[in-house]
Amino acid sequence: MSLDIWMRENPLTYVWIGSYAVAMLVFVIEIAMVRHKRTLTLQQVRLIHQAEEE
Amino acid sequence: MAINWFKYSAPTTFYGLAGKLIPWFAIPAAILFAVGLYIGFAVAPMDAQQGEFYRIIFIHVPASMLSMFLYMVMAGYAALGLIFNTRLSSMMASAVAPTGALFAFISLWTGALWGKPMWGAWWVWDARMTSELILLFLYLGFIALHASIDDPRRADRASALLAIVGSVNVPIIYFSVKWWNTLHQGSTIKFSGTSMHIAMQQAMFTMLAACWLYAIAVTLARVRSIILERERHTKWIAELAEVRS
Repeated sequence: MSLDIWMRENPLTYVWIGSYAVAMLVFVIEIAMVRHKRTLTLQQVRLIHQAEEE
Repeated sequence: MAINWFKYSAPTTFYGLAGKLIPWFAIPAAILFAVGLYIGFAVAPMDAQQGEFYRIIFIHVPASMLSMFLYMVMAGYAALGLIFNTRLSSMMASAVAPTGALFAFISLWTGALWGKPMWGAWWVWDARMTSELILLFLYLGFIALHASIDDPRRADRASALLAIVGSVNVPIIYFSVKWWNTLHQGSTIKFSGTSMHIAMQQAMFTMLAACWLYAIAVTLARVRSIILERERHTKWIAELAEVRS
């Protein structure tokens, strides 16, 4: 079945998966990246200060 | 008692304040997303012309508005950093850029998803869509230029110029549907009012508020990492509880 026919038969699924699920995925990836960056930066800063103290 | 706002323009004080503010934006954002989706899908009626497809509007319009607003916020911070040489302003501009770029991407993506059933095409070189694509490229250019220069202060200045010059694109996006004949519909929300059903308005404004709160929360979280990275050799960073632990 072509996409054109499928989207007209399942408009809500098309809207949900195509738009909202993708938007939510983008938000989740962004949050994960921000958290990962924070963890990495904290580790680097801790290492720098440990090295300076030694 | 007057609050000394200039106190919070220093990374030293803003770092702690940002950490305290994040949950106050993140939690309401999650609640408003849930409420907005409920109203948008369970309460708002089906559109007479576009059927169920119009429901993309509840993410498409807030994402498009945010992509433009965030660019102006980014350019404003970049200009402040360039003119007054304030470190935090430049850090804020760098923190806003990825979120703005993601909203521009969501706007283009959802626009394509909406365009296919309505116009029969995922993409057309329409004035509104092309200028929004240029906005995404400007965000990516800002991020890439900043990342390509090792000295952060020089990177701030170079990328600030790009952000300021690129801000001319924002009014072009907004007025494109008035200045040119385009496939894209005109503004749904105007200062003179709107013809939308009340439940549709409620869903859209709830989602818009959710997107704003989300953008603020994630920007504050990102700017904390940028502050930590740039100020890593300072004494106050060494004394932070999370660094010492």
